[in-house]
Amino acid sequence: MDLNAVWFVLIGILFTGYAVLDGFDLGVGALHLLARRDKDRRVLLNAIGPVWDGNEVWLVTGGGALFAAFPEAYATVFSGFYIAFFLFLAALVFRAVSIEFRSKLPWRWWRATWDVGFCLGSLIGGLLLGVALGNIVWGIPLNAEGVYTGRFIDLLHPYALLAGVTSVALFMMHGAIYLHLKTEGALQEQIRSWIRPCIIFFVLTYSLLSLATLLYVPRATSALRGQPWLFAVVVLTVLAIANIPREIFGDRPGRAFLSSCATIVLLMALFGLNMYPVLVPSEPNVAHSLDIYRAASSQQTLGIMLIIAGIGMPLVLAYTASIYWIFRGKVRLTETSY
Amino acid sequence: MMDVALLSRVQFALTAAFHYVFPPLTIGLGLMLVVMEWRWLRTGDADYRAMTRFWTRIFGLVFAVGVGSGIVLEFQFGTNWAAYSRYVGDVFGSALAAEGIFAFFLESGFLAIVLFGWDRVRPGVHFLATCMVCLGAHFSAVWIIVANSWQQTPAGFHLVERGGGVRAEITSFWELVLNPSSVDRLIHVVLGAYLASAFLVISVSAYYLVKGRHQRLAVKSMKIGLVLALFASLAQWVSGHSSARVVVEHQPAKLAAMEGLYRTGPRSPLHLFGWVDERGERVWGLAVPGALSLLAHGRLDAPVTGLDQFAPEDRPPIQVTFQAFHLMVFVGAMLVALSALGCWLWWRKLWDPTGRPWVRAALWVLVLAVVLPQMANQLGWIVAEVGRQPWIVYGLLRTRDGLSAAVGPGAVAFSLALFAAIYLLLFALFLMLLDRKIREGPVLEAGPEVSAERAGRRGPGGE
Repeated sequence: MDLNAVWFVLIGILFTGYAVLDGFDLGVGALHLLARRDKDRRVLLNAIGPVWDGNEVWLVTGGGALFAAFPEAYATVFSGFYIAFFLFLAALVFRAVSIEFRSKLPWRWWRATWDVGFCLGSLIGGLLLGVALGNIVWGIPLNAEGVYTGRFIDLLHPYALLAGVTSVALFMMHGAIYLHLKTEGALQEQIRSWIRPCIIFFVLTYSLLSLATLLYVPRATSALRGQPWLFAVVVLTVLAIANIPREIFGDRPGRAFLSSCATIVLLMALFGLNMYPVLVPSEPNVAHSLDIYRAASSQQTLGIMLIIAGIGMPLVLAYTASIYWIFRGKVRLTETSY
Repeated sequence: MMDVALLSRVQFALTAAFHYVFPPLTIGLGLMLVVMEWRWLRTGDADYRAMTRFWTRIFGLVFAVGVGSGIVLEFQFGTNWAAYSRYVGDVFGSALAAEGIFAFFLESGFLAIVLFGWDRVRPGVHFLATCMVCLGAHFSAVWIIVANSWQQTPAGFHLVERGGGVRAEITSFWELVLNPSSVDRLIHVVLGAYLASAFLVISVSAYYLVKGRHQRLAVKSMKIGLVLALFASLAQWVSGHSSARVVVEHQPAKLAAMEGLYRTGPRSPLHLFGWVDERGERVWGLAVPGALSLLAHGRLDAPVTGLDQFAPEDRPPIQVTFQAFHLMVFVGAMLVALSALGCWLWWRKLWDPTGRPWVRAALWVLVLAVVLPQMANQLGWIVAEVGRQPWIVYGLLRTRDGLSAAVGPGAVAFSLALFAAIYLLLFALFLMLLDRKIREGPVLEAGPEVSAERAGRRGPGGE
């Protein structure tokens, strides 16, 4: 495995970390308006309260790592997805503001406004993440210099939109399971009733997306055809999803959440395995695709970055784990809560 | 019709300038929170606990807006400056990624404990978390200044022909990190951050003193703020001079623009203030003859490089650089005076304005002074970044050549309008909530410090 491949994996890990962690808090946002009482909504907010901004750091660091390791891909993707990306950022910022400001004033209209902001920001954020991923699977038109030659509207084709809806569904399922873990009493009962429709919604959209991928994007499943053992990943994904209702109805919310996390990790792994070694596939002109060699920084930079990641990532994992440990258990509203 | 280059520059300036209101506050408040909490742990004085909790809440608000506004910056190199990103990613990207891995995770992770962990961890662990947040804020400054300094004084790289284009590739990581300007600029930036936050603490404390609220607590916080303000405002002169010497050596065009120096020669003057006549290539104003030569090279007869050594297309905008520089220095002088004023109040124990209108006036001056270090910080960045023009990487790549080929003026106008509106909203909300938190004050906190406040109210120094 050369340095380029190592960095493909490391950046995959960063973005997977982002999907698993920000995934549940985007999902909580998407479900937020389903809770009707003010106190319940505060519990929802505070379930992600101590961790949501730390979760977003995974995206920022993933972006930074992409910049350093594969600057061509970083430049191509973010300038190519310009308007979509700024809408995504606007949604994230608006969502952050909503979380931060909602409970600061007692007025009904104030809280209602930010509740809607939180929900919409989360929905749009999740949707656009999926749309971006869908476009990467589908391929985007690039010229010989690796510059995106399409328009904003070209990014919104049905396959990408389906990927967007799937990612919203995935995050809603993930968020509901997280909330089930963090709540108790009547609210927990209510949240438990959300989980089944969320799972059904996700399984439906995901099946459709898989079908569409098999039919229309043969390139994206070539690794599966070439190396049949990779079907183990698919089987594991299905098992992880199937395990969720088993754990929920066996009243083991922690294990249900771990299953949901495993689902996202496996989906990202499947995505990565099928993409490798391409970072940004060009469509229709496949020759212009950016792969981990064409898009990469020098070997020296990749080596230096590996040292940085080798020092930094164990520390990050250690204190991220300890923070989740400190804030384990049910949400308790105190005077420092949102 | 504005072109993409101008729109993208305006957008970068707007997002960076807005963002830069907040990180300096978290850097300095981080340090002061460590002091406050340490004092609480050492003395057991409930005032320090109330103070720590109050400023923790302000920190949380500042941090949230800082993250919200900063996330755009991490990606803007790719969205608007794709050619730049391709050119420098190999070098510049590693500093940016290091910031994410070493600083952001540390700061945001431990902030959760600082904000929400009061009753979940032991006081010692909470203090450790506060120290880590402070460290994270400082690390963040280190890496972002390393990255920016590399744009000012690039080092530790070579140019490599690659796929039809040229790009910079790293040759020595430590030469990149310790490039000629990074240490001086880091010190300058961190001191500026200390000033911004020290004056915030001073301002809020002075406000409480004027209003006769939380007096005991206000005096104690004021002292912490004043010590930091006096130290930083004085040290900033040493640091500023040292930073300017680096500019003399490595970015002569920027220095010439800072002083409006058109003609190279010995006994170059230093202007106290002035107006640049760009057409007539001279400066109208009050100047100290020879002072620039003396400061820049330590000798009156040493020639200082003027703008005449640079072709017109290689010169930065002169008026803006000149005025921003002089205004920054002027504000710097005011900050020394204001720190001295505060220390004098401390020395004479003039904390109670009742019946002493001039003490009241002095305290009001300190309340309003909070905007000055923020101004100085913004002006300093204008000098650094406008003075670097027309280069995006000094001497290597022109700003105009760093743009994204895929992005047209319409798209940039859209994102600029979108984020201008969002930032306006964000700033209004920030001010409103900051104002509310300050009005509520430390007294509204539940727990032991409420009883401490009640005890204080009975005493002579209370409300």
